[in-house]
Amino acid sequence: MLQNKANPTISKSTGLPRKRFYRARAHSNPLSDSHFPVPLSPSHVDYSLHYPQLFPSSDCSDGSKKIEFADIGCGFGGLLISLSTLFPETLMIGMELRDKVTEYVKERILGLRLANPSQFQNVSVVRTNSMKYIPNYFEKGQLSKMFFLFPDPHFKEKNHRRRVISPHLLDEYAYVLKVGGIIYTITDVEELGEWMKSCLQNHPMFEPLSEMELDGDPVVKLLSTATEEGKKVARNGGQTFQAVYRRITLASQENS
Amino acid sequence: MEGAQMEDFRIEECENDNNTHEDSQMGESEQNNKHMEVAPALISVHPTRNSVAVSVGSDLRVFNLLEDCAVILVDEAGGASHSDSIRGIKYGANGKLFVSAGDDKLVKVWSTESWRCIATVCSEKRVSAVAISNDGLHVCFADKFGVVWVVDLPGVDETQAPLNKKAVPLLAHYCSIITSLEFSPDGHFIVSADRDFKIRVTVFPKKPLDGAHEVQSFCLGHTEFVSCLAFICTPDSPQGILVSGGGDSTVRMWDIISGSLLDTCAVGAKAQFESDTTEGNCSTVTDICTIPACTLIAVAIQSLRGIMLLSCDLSSRTLSVMKVVSIIGENFVPTSLGSSISGGLLWMVTGASKLRGSDVSSLSRVKVISGFEKSSPNASEQEPAVLVDSEIPGGAKLLEKLQGSISVDEKVFLAAADAVKTAMCNLLIKKQYSDEKREFRKRTRNDRKSKH
Repeated sequence: MLQNKANPTISKSTGLPRKRFYRARAHSNPLSDSHFPVPLSPSHVDYSLHYPQLFPSSDCSDGSKKIEFADIGCGFGGLLISLSTLFPETLMIGMELRDKVTEYVKERILGLRLANPSQFQNVSVVRTNSMKYIPNYFEKGQLSKMFFLFPDPHFKEKNHRRRVISPHLLDEYAYVLKVGGIIYTITDVEELGEWMKSCLQNHPMFEPLSEMELDGDPVVKLLSTATEEGKKVARNGGQTFQAVYRRITLASQENS
Repeated sequence: MEGAQMEDFRIEECENDNNTHEDSQMGESEQNNKHMEVAPALISVHPTRNSVAVSVGSDLRVFNLLEDCAVILVDEAGGASHSDSIRGIKYGANGKLFVSAGDDKLVKVWSTESWRCIATVCSEKRVSAVAISNDGLHVCFADKFGVVWVVDLPGVDETQAPLNKKAVPLLAHYCSIITSLEFSPDGHFIVSADRDFKIRVTVFPKKPLDGAHEVQSFCLGHTEFVSCLAFICTPDSPQGILVSGGGDSTVRMWDIISGSLLDTCAVGAKAQFESDTTEGNCSTVTDICTIPACTLIAVAIQSLRGIMLLSCDLSSRTLSVMKVVSIIGENFVPTSLGSSISGGLLWMVTGASKLRGSDVSSLSRVKVISGFEKSSPNASEQEPAVLVDSEIPGGAKLLEKLQGSISVDEKVFLAAADAVKTAMCNLLIKKQYSDEKREFRKRTRNDRKSKH
């Protein structure tokens, strides 16, 4: 990261990174060459690296507290920052494929931790491809919330299989979500919104939240307001399409 | 720090399979590479040893041990043989069905009584692994995109015309080549292993055509691609104990209910010590086979001329190296192993097709190791021993059918064996393309689904 006195990438006044040094294209090919370390299994995830104040040493994790929220494709971290103060007792992590953007979120969290002692200790970010490595990070039924905010639409039909929400990938998301856990999706692309809703609707291990439940969930409002993307859509007066579903147990099947 | 460094460019390989424009514009050597991709010989044994099947290249060869004669395959619908390399063969646990599939994108299901092809299934992509459900009602196959497909078979009816069945997706490993597919002994789970170090255990549902959505566990621990899977049957756990072998030169034992790693055996180190080759780093586990009735696991390792026997202690759930059975007098490195449920013998084959640098286009050599019968309390311990050709069940007739000839000329064998070794190396290691070639492949990639 190039830093010089005249043009620091971290703002002197706020201690927070300046976005323009971390800009990257919105799209990243999930299939292309990437080299990044991936934990061998969920027990290999280094909690002391991500949450140093809560886990001072690598050995100290007694296994009782685990990551519960995962923001898949967290972008510049808007949602995570909001969730961090809303759920101060919960560990959460963002997963992002783009290198520069992940660096930005890292710097942002560090800056916020410095400026606000004992806050933001429960949030972290990791550069990874969540379409391939989610089972490496999370145990069965570990997560209580998963977020997919404004994912890449992959417009061309031949690229639909690169979409982060798909019938097959939902099997894996259902695996890492606990029963009763919630998956939140939102997009400003209508076709993608219908796609995600239809995938969730057709998957036997997810059921939609009722209107009442949606109204009662403080997180739902954040979907369209907390992130860069969300704010941009609001500024442009665009419409958003959300699908919020709960992980249920598979209904027992009768002998046919 | 977090574990093994992952390289994500694996995807490129399975992505680019439908490349039809490539051939005309590629250099000659590259074109050779594409068409000359060597396929290792495979062997599979009928559960009660009624027959033995060997595949080498597109050739499927079966010998009927009950009637002591070569089998002639019958396929009314199309050719009785595959038109490209066979990548997976397997008998169903109930012994009634046999499946073969591979690079010609056809999955053929055979009756093991009449050896008629009773069903042909078209796959969109090349097939990398096959499995038949224990009750014989479903056939599953994995394609090179990481999708596992399932097709249902009504009761085997000899009188019916062969069926052209359409498969539906069962589950998928996102953009990862699936190397092995196995059903647990009780049929409740289907296990799939991939080149991205992962093993997924999925509940096999009562209505598989609706998809298998319930993941039971992930068995994570291999630090390289997983190449093979096998189950140990034990009275304590109806779901069996899973063993896997991989590119990290280990054999690992798993509890599939929880996904936990029970034990790891670093077979590569031991093999290097035992084998007489001084070349380093060719110690991938290429195949494993459990030998029923004696909790022994036979392991084929890339540079080992013979097999390594591991013993599994069921109470402590640990693995240990029992011994190495070397094959003397022949440069025989097994490419595939097989055994029947009735146990007693370990069948091995070495060979490959599309061999370069050799006069013959394919090689297949079969050998058998005996000495695995459960010994009676009075008898002295039986020692595993490599049988000479004349002692093999089916004898010369079997060898003639499965090898293509009774004996293989030594010079030919040596030349071919070398090619086999290189082939296995190339097969298991992910293809790496130059930047230029990769750009070319990206440009000409064709993702359109085939029109049938």
